[in-house]
Amino acid sequence: MQDIGAALGLALQLIVAADSALVEIVGRSLAVSLGAVGMATLLGLPLGAALALFRFRGRHAVTVLLNALMGLPPVVVGLVVYLLLSRSGPLGVLGLLFTPTAMVVAQFFLVTPIVAALARQTVEDLWAEYSEQLRSLGTSPMRALPTLLWDGRFSLMTAVLAGFGRASAEVGAVMIVGGNIDHVTRVMTTTIALETSKGNLPLALALGFILILLSIGVNAAAFLLRETARERTA
Amino acid sequence: MNMASILPLRLEEVAYEAGGRVLIEPVSLDIARGPRSLLLGPNGAGKSLLLRLCHGLIRPSRGRVIWQGAGPGSNGMQLLHRQAMVFQRPVMLRRSALSNVEYALKLRGLGREARRERAKAMLARTGLGALARMPARRLSGGEQQRLALARAWAVEPEILFLDEPTANLDPAAVKLVEEIIGAIHAAGTKIVMTTHDLAQARRLADEIVFLHRGRVVERGDAASFFAGPRTEAARAFVEGRLHW
Repeated sequence: MQDIGAALGLALQLIVAADSALVEIVGRSLAVSLGAVGMATLLGLPLGAALALFRFRGRHAVTVLLNALMGLPPVVVGLVVYLLLSRSGPLGVLGLLFTPTAMVVAQFFLVTPIVAALARQTVEDLWAEYSEQLRSLGTSPMRALPTLLWDGRFSLMTAVLAGFGRASAEVGAVMIVGGNIDHVTRVMTTTIALETSKGNLPLALALGFILILLSIGVNAAAFLLRETARERTA
Repeated sequence: MNMASILPLRLEEVAYEAGGRVLIEPVSLDIARGPRSLLLGPNGAGKSLLLRLCHGLIRPSRGRVIWQGAGPGSNGMQLLHRQAMVFQRPVMLRRSALSNVEYALKLRGLGREARRERAKAMLARTGLGALARMPARRLSGGEQQRLALARAWAVEPEILFLDEPTANLDPAAVKLVEEIIGAIHAAGTKIVMTTHDLAQARRLADEIVFLHRGRVVERGDAASFFAGPRTEAARAFVEGRLHW
């Protein structure tokens, strides 16, 4: 109990003093997760919308698969990306293993199904409402896609946030493909795991705090943005 | 527009079934340029379905919908671009009133400047000039329906389908909407509109297509229809006796 109290105090000190090791790790975490979420958004939103709009054979199977992929185990994704990027793997020549780029790639595979699956649901609901009007206006499904993504922008923000939550919280994938190398690939979650096992609780706790605060902060910002935008446009 | 007209519209033995029920019995109908045609009948008579069949939003189970003037080689999208439809419950895009009109014009390939100019003119014509920047979904029901009319009118359709456009509006809003429909007609657009409102049909119709239980039972110019309906169903409807 005393240990926890002392650790908490030290954690707060680290945060207040903006400890350089702490800042570095937080910065890298954000860069990796935001990078992955950004790319996943670029691919996932149109992919989900297309799945909602276009009718093709096997559409239901793809939808079920996509929903299932939302629950991909991070360690498995990490392992697969590891095998792809390892020196003897098909993409080994790129030399990406144990770099932040490899971590972005791994998280991209984790986040894209989440963004796409949630976007599919949102766009499908919107299409049910818009379909007759848009078809009457002479909109092809190809033209409807960007229209619906734009009109669903507030709901779709939730999909992106869910993706960010997933990316910033996972530890398995970045641990395997990043290797948790100090000053290179060490991020918040991997540091927490490592420092806890070393018994260095203050740093682990401080990072844990920040991780939770960050999550609250990002969601609060998105909420405010959504509310003010909704006030103005819909 | 210097293109040849796509009218008249011809329905050849068009029928529509869903779930094993015949909702529109086979009907053949010519819809020509000129008069305002009102599809009149009680709720459930099939007016909206017939309108959607004409506009191509649903496909007939049997029979053909033919745009006589279209000529060979016209595809569905080209035909659609010469038509417009206003729905009972307007669907507004989640953007400004002005952008809603611009959207329709963009689909027709108008440049940015031309779009902006035409959209502004349309809002002015429908009395919405001051609301151009308002989010469309924040407008009142009557304003939204006028915006839907502005959006439909902006593309200068040859034919405008209206599905009970005033069903949810108060009398003042109804009057404004009817005035705009009159102006659109005066500007040269064929009007095909459904209503179950007898008074409205009397005000607006040049010709009446009377539907009852999925069948077109009577068609004729409005004056003689109201003076002396030929069928029992139409007589009952005009006299306000419910006839199911």
